[in-house]
Amino acid sequence: MANDTANAGVPLHQVAHARAGDKGDRLNVSVTAYDRRHYPLLLEQVTAERVAALFGHRHAGQVTRYELPRLGALNFVIDGVLEGGVNRSLGLDGHGKTLSFRVLSLEVTLPPEEPGG
Amino acid sequence: MTEPLLVGGGAGFSGDRVDAPIPVVAALARSGRPAAIIFETLAERTLALAQRARSENPGRGYEPQLEAILAPILAECLAHGIRIVGNFGAANPTAAAAAIHRLAAAAGLPAPRIAVVEGDDLLAVAGRDEIARWTTDADFGDGSGIVAANAYLGAREIAQALAAGAEIVVTGRVADPALVLGPVMAHFGWGWDEWDRLAFGTAAGHLLECGAQVTGGYFADPGMKDVPGLDEVGFPIAEIAGDGSMVITKPDGTGGIVSTATVTEQLLYEIHDPARYLTPDVVLDVTEVEIEAAGRDRVRVTGARGRARPDTLKATVCVSGGFLGEAEISYAGPHAAERARLAAGVVRDRLRTRGFPGRMRFDLIGVASVFGDDGGTYWAGLPQAGEDVRLRLAVNHTDRDWVERATREVLSLYCCGPAGGGGVRQSLTPVFHTGSAYVPRERVQATWRFV
Repeated sequence: MANDTANAGVPLHQVAHARAGDKGDRLNVSVTAYDRRHYPLLLEQVTAERVAALFGHRHAGQVTRYELPRLGALNFVIDGVLEGGVNRSLGLDGHGKTLSFRVLSLEVTLPPEEPGG
Repeated sequence: MTEPLLVGGGAGFSGDRVDAPIPVVAALARSGRPAAIIFETLAERTLALAQRARSENPGRGYEPQLEAILAPILAECLAHGIRIVGNFGAANPTAAAAAIHRLAAAAGLPAPRIAVVEGDDLLAVAGRDEIARWTTDADFGDGSGIVAANAYLGAREIAQALAAGAEIVVTGRVADPALVLGPVMAHFGWGWDEWDRLAFGTAAGHLLECGAQVTGGYFADPGMKDVPGLDEVGFPIAEIAGDGSMVITKPDGTGGIVSTATVTEQLLYEIHDPARYLTPDVVLDVTEVEIEAAGRDRVRVTGARGRARPDTLKATVCVSGGFLGEAEISYAGPHAAERARLAAGVVRDRLRTRGFPGRMRFDLIGVASVFGDDGGTYWAGLPQAGEDVRLRLAVNHTDRDWVERATREVLSLYCCGPAGGGGVRQSLTPVFHTGSAYVPRERVQATWRFV
């Protein structure tokens, strides 16, 4: 179990990269595994519910997760998270461009055979 | 089989680097192959600003950087038959074409054959009340406040103009990928109901429309995703073959990187349902797309699928949203965050007491500049520390006087606020609120003509 502990609490940033795009008040964030071997980990651990929880303070609406196995990627579509969108938001980043790295801050657990950190 | 078409991406937004297209054009010229370069310079609010500029001066209303973008490359494009396609016409494609003619004349070039694509301006064909009824995701009342309403046109008129011999095609609002699909359709002569082929050209357009975002721009993360030469990042070139495969690459000698990872990020950029990306020409499905390395800075993309185009055209509708007022003040050293929080409370209380009617928000730059929320719950939940922080107020209201009065509450913190505040900056920006409308195709008459 010591191994499991060492591999728990690793930022998603370590195994995946992400890009955010906006349309109106809707954000999409693609999350792509650096290594295809980690795609199952994304499927299992990077759920729509966990992503929604990252944006609870923004009153995010529905979060839909699309799976792209050929690309080793997930695409999250998050409704109502941009506080009105780029033309209405009072925030500095109305596009939500920086929010890809909020998703990458999600903690995941790596398979036990891999060293953490 | 028809030989491949090379298409370069010359701009990903209004404000992109104007020297980046130069090596792209040089590479296209060296190739000796049929080629085009596209420029995407229209954001959602750009058209509202352009409409306003045109109403103040009938000779304006096109991309302000147009001359800066084209001056370094126009002669070489014309000399080598590299077609230029751009939505830099914004609210006034005819005026943009006139500006290009002036640019060519000033450079001593023969007059280029320039075509303009028109018909995206819905205010020319529909009443504001009707446009307001088409708008589904925002309530614009009777529509009287609508400043601009533009449908996203497809690629057909661009393709027709190119097939008729246009060297330069100037558009207003078209779907971004149509800037590439137009040259692709003109080159290969495919049918407008060959959905997989339309999807293929649309996918190429989607990959090119954001410039460097497919060649290492907007990608670097030191130690995780390193990008060499980001200061001179090369803009993309797609080698588009008639068999439905394309290679994304970039000019030799430029910075940046083209890898399966950069292409994957851009393929999914601003995509919602990957099986149903709606464009005026086709519904694009990228779920079967394969992205594979094909040499240094070369990535092959295949497998785009298409289905019949939607029955309606999407339009962006802009209404005046009043003014955004912003003001900032810094606190540093011991207790900096505590003093900034006190300052926020002072400003909030004064605005509330005086009945400020607009929306307001505070950020604490250095603690939470972008992840926060209007209600301040994110900021409140963080450790209240910070040795160098900057309090930011943002307000929005239709009444300019109220917005200025609100931002002055940050200025007056100099003498009336907590200790040690400094570096106040204030700004006021006109705001346009936007919504999306879905317009019956028969209400939109897209046309093209030489000018």
